[in-house]
Amino acid sequence: MGRYIVARLIQSIPVLILVSVMSFGIMKLVPGDPAILIGGPTATPAELDVIRANLGLDRPFHIQMWKFYVGLVQGDLGNSLLLGKPVLEATIERVPVSLSIALYSMVLTLGFGIACGVVAALNRNGWVDQGAMIFALLGVSIPNFWLGLMFIILFSVHLGWLPTGGYVPWQESIGGWFATATMPAVSLALLQIGLLARITRSTMLEVLRQDYIRTARAKGLPEFVVIGKHAFKNVMIPVITVIGIIFSVLLSGSLVIESVFSVPGVGSLLGSAVLRRDYPMIQGGLLLVAWSLLMLNILVDVLYAYFDPRVRYDHGR
Amino acid sequence: MDMASTPPLLSVRGLRIEFGTDQGPARAVDDLSFDLDAGEVLGIVGESGSGKSVTALSIMGLLPTPPGRVTAGEILFEGEDLLRKSRNDMRKLRGNEISMIFQEPMTSLNPVFTIGDQLTEAVRWHERVSMATARDRAIEMLGKVGIPSPERRLADYPHQLSGGMRQRVMIAMALSCSPKLLLADEPTTALDVTIQAQILDLLRALQEEFRMAVIIITHNLGVVAEFADRVLVMYAGRTVEQASVEGVFDRPSHPYTEGLLASIPDLEADVLRLTAIPGTLPNPHELPPGCRFQPRCGYAREECTAASPPLLAVSPDHFAACIRHNGYRLDGAAAAMAVPGAR
Repeated sequence: MGRYIVARLIQSIPVLILVSVMSFGIMKLVPGDPAILIGGPTATPAELDVIRANLGLDRPFHIQMWKFYVGLVQGDLGNSLLLGKPVLEATIERVPVSLSIALYSMVLTLGFGIACGVVAALNRNGWVDQGAMIFALLGVSIPNFWLGLMFIILFSVHLGWLPTGGYVPWQESIGGWFATATMPAVSLALLQIGLLARITRSTMLEVLRQDYIRTARAKGLPEFVVIGKHAFKNVMIPVITVIGIIFSVLLSGSLVIESVFSVPGVGSLLGSAVLRRDYPMIQGGLLLVAWSLLMLNILVDVLYAYFDPRVRYDHGR
Repeated sequence: MDMASTPPLLSVRGLRIEFGTDQGPARAVDDLSFDLDAGEVLGIVGESGSGKSVTALSIMGLLPTPPGRVTAGEILFEGEDLLRKSRNDMRKLRGNEISMIFQEPMTSLNPVFTIGDQLTEAVRWHERVSMATARDRAIEMLGKVGIPSPERRLADYPHQLSGGMRQRVMIAMALSCSPKLLLADEPTTALDVTIQAQILDLLRALQEEFRMAVIIITHNLGVVAEFADRVLVMYAGRTVEQASVEGVFDRPSHPYTEGLLASIPDLEADVLRLTAIPGTLPNPHELPPGCRFQPRCGYAREECTAASPPLLAVSPDHFAACIRHNGYRLDGAAAAMAVPGAR
């Protein structure tokens, strides 16, 4: 397993290079000049030239890129043009915010998604199944930013239960964290709950038809062992793949939700960097996001081997 | 064996199993009756769709419901009707007093749990023993079914074993609580011919060692000849012939049994083609009038379409549902009407 993980880590390097080249290239291709944004509307052409020279934007494209990679191997992703601090520092500051909301959302997704799917499959075509699947369909169909806005109107404006936005770190106040993180997490989770419930249900129905389930019943095992042990571990094999995808979506897809709820996370940081042509921030930020998704993928593959003994990466018999 | 004094271990009486379909209920098993003594081996023979497997599943209480349903009859095990038992009582019986092995060893074991885990489960649930005791039992059982170095096999996953080995594990699992009755549903069909013989030998040896009753379900009369004491031939959900193995092979008394025997390949016979029974099993929604085999039968006469033939005693302990033995008469004194399930 260890060798497999190392191999996967090495394989991820070309992917990261590709991501950085693409983010670099695309930002050069789209129109817009950060010097104008920094200098403001009153800046003279001479002042703009000074700003460009300071930022290194007057150098040829390949020199800029070279400098970026030289910095990268030294662990330096450059300085944000707008925040005036290192990209790595600015991003890492915000990681706990996005990560805590993504994890909260993930817990909700796993809990409700798998439970809904299993319960629906066990009561196939009954009213519980119909209800769970209608709920899942709603979850998949409703855009999460709209749902977020509706939550704000209902729970913040009318009922006054939760603040409209912002973020309180959990280290400061657990209650405050729950109050600020719940609506973003729920709006993010709802779509994924629907997705996961549907996949869990269909996988469970497939697994329940298998011969080994009949064998488990023929042994006289109680039904909760047949479902909770024999069926569940098999259901988790395809579901774990989906869970990996879902978590990556929760991590990176929070840009819109972070804007709706004014959460100072990685998503909103990158969003504003794109709008304001903060090249180093975009490149560094994208690279970090891509890296974390690659790590997540490796984690999913390792989990996969845990659930399915037929997939053991190092040794074969 | 003294038949009068000891009640049979298993007694199936007038069993009827229906499957709900779009065209209405279809009878998979109709008025099936048979008895099985402790330690006896009964072979149930018939082609696919004749109701053999469904019968076994209903004895186990594992009939997929819906669409399947037992609509009449009783299944008495040690005098108690299994069809009236609660779910939990049936569960306690399964894998403990009554076990079953299936046709597909490749898919009947759970791919994500070790052999040891799957082998110890039944013992731990039924006998509430410690993990160590269950493990010892598992090793003992793997040894009994002829698996070399059983301790090491416990940590293996099913995909690391061959088909024959997996079927041995299935047998070890089924026998781990020393059941009184084993239902073996086509246990050798999915295996290589050489492995088939090994598994049959193993089953026979274990049957003698554990002195358990066995119902072996097969479409292969060769398997029955090797293993069974008595044979029940099923056709389209009904019993067509019931007799000792010798009776069936020496004096087949139903045309369907004759057809089955004629279709066994004979290495010494100087023929190039196998004999086949013409036609196919009838659609359960469009059963032919009278005898269900009559459209495929070489002896059929008009009388055969009149009514469903009862099981008639051809000789003591040999019954056939064919009115040919009664001069093509449904009633009369020539043959005594057989009591369902009697020998």
